[in-house]
Amino acid sequence: MVDFIGKLGRNTLDAMTKLGDATLFALATLRLLFTSPWQGKHFVMQLYAIGVGSLIIIIITGAFTGMVLALQGYHMLVKVGTEALLGPAVALSLIRELGPVLAALMFVGRAGSSITAEIGIMRVTEQMDALEMMAVNPQARVMLTRIIACAIALPLLVGIFDVVGLFAGYLIGVEMLGVNAGVYIGETIDKIALNDVFAGLTKSIYFGLLVGIICTYMGQRATPTTEGVAKATTQAVMLCSVMVLILDYIITSFYL
Amino acid sequence: MMGVVVVVFCICLVENMIKTKNLTKIYGNVAALDDINLNIKSGEVTVILGGSGSGKTTLLRLLAGLETPTSGSIMFANEDLAKISQKRLYELRLHVGMLFQYSALLNSLTVYENVAFPLNEHTDLDDTIIHTMVTMKLEQVGLRGFEEMMPSQLSGGMAKRVAFARALAMDPQVVFFDEPTSGLDPISAGVISSLIHETTVKTRMTSVVVTHDVQAGLDIADHVILLWQGRIIAEGEAESVRLSKDPRVQQFIKGEPNGPIPFSRSQTAYIDDLTYKPGCVRLD
Repeated sequence: MVDFIGKLGRNTLDAMTKLGDATLFALATLRLLFTSPWQGKHFVMQLYAIGVGSLIIIIITGAFTGMVLALQGYHMLVKVGTEALLGPAVALSLIRELGPVLAALMFVGRAGSSITAEIGIMRVTEQMDALEMMAVNPQARVMLTRIIACAIALPLLVGIFDVVGLFAGYLIGVEMLGVNAGVYIGETIDKIALNDVFAGLTKSIYFGLLVGIICTYMGQRATPTTEGVAKATTQAVMLCSVMVLILDYIITSFYL
Repeated sequence: MMGVVVVVFCICLVENMIKTKNLTKIYGNVAALDDINLNIKSGEVTVILGGSGSGKTTLLRLLAGLETPTSGSIMFANEDLAKISQKRLYELRLHVGMLFQYSALLNSLTVYENVAFPLNEHTDLDDTIIHTMVTMKLEQVGLRGFEEMMPSQLSGGMAKRVAFARALAMDPQVVFFDEPTSGLDPISAGVISSLIHETTVKTRMTSVVVTHDVQAGLDIADHVILLWQGRIIAEGEAESVRLSKDPRVQQFIKGEPNGPIPFSRSQTAYIDDLTYKPGCVRLD
């Protein structure tokens, strides 16, 4: 029993220390936005690598999410004779919840893992030290550009996810299941408020920032060995996924 | 710009480029370096010799400002590295190059872009001038014609030569070399060693070389420092170190397995460890 409590205490202390360290890392890195020269070219390169690189997976996930929502929704709504509400059901689910969350989870797997692995390998191969010795601040050049790129790329990807999902839902609902097109679109426009779009957008900005900070932090603090980088990458993906879901609940509770 | 000129002027004037006083570095409970006092003179090749785990790479990283000492001070061109701002440190580093043990080339850039990297970052030079400078540096290391290759396509030796060219790209006043010849074939190692020596003589730069290659180190050194267990056990001109009466120095220089420096790091008796004891070693 004493051992268990001791272990619990040690683990809690360890987790709190890491949380504090990660917070300090995030603050120090974000502070560079105002104190170090703007890394415009490198930010655009990261935005391209992170954003465009994730496009295919986001489009595929968005399309199938919209399709399955329409399919499931239709068969439930038709039982109570409200299939006319299929459009808003698909749109609300996508824009408020599934768009930001699923896009963020896909983004974590595609871009987040590669950020952690890349930074970890840069540490193992002394590339961070090389930048430092060439009077280039690696925290501004490598970390900050990736964090900001994540915070901007994810909302854009969520927008694409939503549009693709809505279109895919329309195809299934109207073209395949025979819901009236005018009703589908009209009800969707009628029931979706600007606040819903804003809620989804806000979530995705926070998710992007969170993923950027966690993945760069885990890469930076990875044990500089092959095993250490692999472990840090796995932990980053797990931590990001869980934190996205927790943060989603917190933000949703504010908006409802 | 004025700051850069002042830095160059100051660096050119100092006699002792780097001085350390009571320098100590402790990791956990282990002292990697203990009370190191040394002077590295401008325009000389200083070679830091020592076996694996003797603290020589730690010393180099401290001198380069990549790590902070536990105690003691490092004066770099008469400036205390512990007391200067990051901005000032970066100003000083514009005149410092470093060749890393594993080259540390930026993986996402080509050979040309790697060598041009510091020039693109810190100068407003025209692309044509940068092209000429990069070509000259690559010719110096025998890799002209390899500009478009990626670091992953290079052998270890070639990567090290590209890293050498990059370290010299800004025509630095001080260059740190971490194991410059390890992993190289004899010809490449010879070329790199003579390049270090020639470049130091011709450009009057200060070279600090960390190596365990005794012969190569002593051949190019103006000044030698021999480390053992985080302490300096011999220091002076190459010939005086070579003729040192200290048995530890002689054992290291001659590479003898038996002597005051033990080969085995084991703390327990060999015969005891040969006997299997259940639970002492994990077999899964």
